Amino acid sequence: MSGEGVGVADGRYATTNDPKGADGRTLAPFSRRPTQLVFRRDLGPYTVLTAHDPEGPRPDPGQFYMLTAAERWGGGEDERPFLPRAFSVLRAHDDAMLDFLLEDVGPGTRRLAELAEGDTLHLLGPLGRGFARPRDGRRPILVGGGVGIAPLAIWGDALGAAALTLLGFRDAAHAEGAALIPGARVATDDGSKGHHGLVTDLLGAELGCDPRAEVYACGPPPMLDAVAAICKRENVPGQLAMESGMACGYGACFGCVVATKRGYVRLCVDGPVIDVDEL
Amino acid sequence: MIVFCGIALAHRIVNGSGTFDAIAAHRAFGDALYEQFPFAAFVSKTVTLAPRQGNPPPRLWEQPGGMINSIGLPNKGLEGYLREDLPRLAELPVPLIVNVMGSTREDVGRLVAAFAERDEVAALELNVSCPNVKTGLIMGADPAELAGLLDVVRPLTEKPLIVKLTPNCASPADVAAAAEAHGADAVSLINTLRGMAMHPDRPGEPWLGGGTGGVSGPAVRAIALSQVSEVRRRVDLPIVGMGGVQSAAHAHDLREAGADLVGVGTESFRNPVAARRIAAEASRLEEGFPANAAPAAAASRA
Repeated sequence: MSGEGVGVADGRYATTNDPKGADGRTLAPFSRRPTQLVFRRDLGPYTVLTAHDPEGPRPDPGQFYMLTAAERWGGGEDERPFLPRAFSVLRAHDDAMLDFLLEDVGPGTRRLAELAEGDTLHLLGPLGRGFARPRDGRRPILVGGGVGIAPLAIWGDALGAAALTLLGFRDAAHAEGAALIPGARVATDDGSKGHHGLVTDLLGAELGCDPRAEVYACGPPPMLDAVAAICKRENVPGQLAMESGMACGYGACFGCVVATKRGYVRLCVDGPVIDVDEL
Repeated sequence: MIVFCGIALAHRIVNGSGTFDAIAAHRAFGDALYEQFPFAAFVSKTVTLAPRQGNPPPRLWEQPGGMINSIGLPNKGLEGYLREDLPRLAELPVPLIVNVMGSTREDVGRLVAAFAERDEVAALELNVSCPNVKTGLIMGADPAELAGLLDVVRPLTEKPLIVKLTPNCASPADVAAAAEAHGADAVSLINTLRGMAMHPDRPGEPWLGGGTGGVSGPAVRAIALSQVSEVRRRVDLPIVGMGGVQSAAHAHDLREAGADLVGVGTESFRNPVAARRIAAEASRLEEGFPANAAPAAAASRA
């Protein structure tokens, strides 16, 4: 799929006049809505869920959705899950199919991962503020770690061939996720696939060759800390898609704050994409 | 249409303070928020005199039947609220109730006086779940302490004063009785119950950045019912009842226990229009509901 611009004539996303907020973000319909899970597939330790969302707008790359299984949301370990779970959109297809990438790491992701095709999935979104285009014609470098590679797929599609994507995983099994972003270069912690080491090694080497770049990153907090440090050291602009425990996704609970130069900001409304300069 | 403390409301469902940010929600949902506003009145987050950053993260913990939050009342302070938030909240299609908190009676008085003169504000709610730094007592945990607070702030405004009772005390009903005797127009309850979660990876350390937090969600619903019922037996004041409401049936239970209005809080986190659905269903249940257990509304002080 292209993921670019105007959708195909027979697709839900053929329209480009989805309502936008004052800051340009695509607005979410004001309710969670039931969607059908039309496709699921396992990819190493990850699961890709595809939901049909004809009621929703085409999301901006970097935006996210709150997901809830319509049935048995609750009743798992410790009677959880209770709250919806936030997921960056992996891809939005022209036929209003939305892909999400998840890894079973807790009661919420476990319940979502066991959903079967045909099950109902509640969506709220798209939410938050996504990625902004590179400044001053800079070359985009996308850096992902683990399940955090998700928003880089839709963003890489939008940026096209100019984007270089670097992905880091624990091992070869997890690196199967790299199949979602063809052409990406891979690093693994144990060296079982690609570069033996950290994805930030690859980023450092790239910036050493050509610092006229803008970095887009999503992954575990230590990886984002390292990316931010490299960006600051090399004086390269960067945008980080961050994650924090979140109850609502639309600014109500004040739970998902991260510390920035202007104090705590809520990732759900002021992010999830935060400029490295703000940190 | 119903009347609460002299304020006309379209239905009986409001939000619990601090569980909905109408300004942020407008950024996410646009004008659809105003067109389908879920609440009959909007209760804003707690405003304090000085700005507050709130507690360090993590601020949330999911637990059986709900969650624990340790947010720490972040807000822009009185000046910031008056300058930036109040003009936006005045655009909402429903009456505005401003929740205030201070660490001395005089601080609360300054907040009450500042809002007393604002036409955009329909009523004030007092968050009394914090200590009076001069007495060391939680303002809303002790009847005499609350009476002292009301004696200071009651003369400062003719707007309805709602006291948000804390469940973390020996007898919320005793405190409610003091509120009634000292001029409050209504009480709201329950606030969150103090709770704690241990860090899964660091032995002996709490998970929440603030150490302890407030438990909310369906887990507290039975406690809310019992406390609303107790308070109703002690006072004639209108009651805003809340705690774990997820459906019209839950709202109806609180009505039967004695609540005039019902607050929805944590359930909004799961679906931003939950209160709208509950209000619509509750209106149908109301058709078979007997006349208000309590006086329909406190007489306007005007």
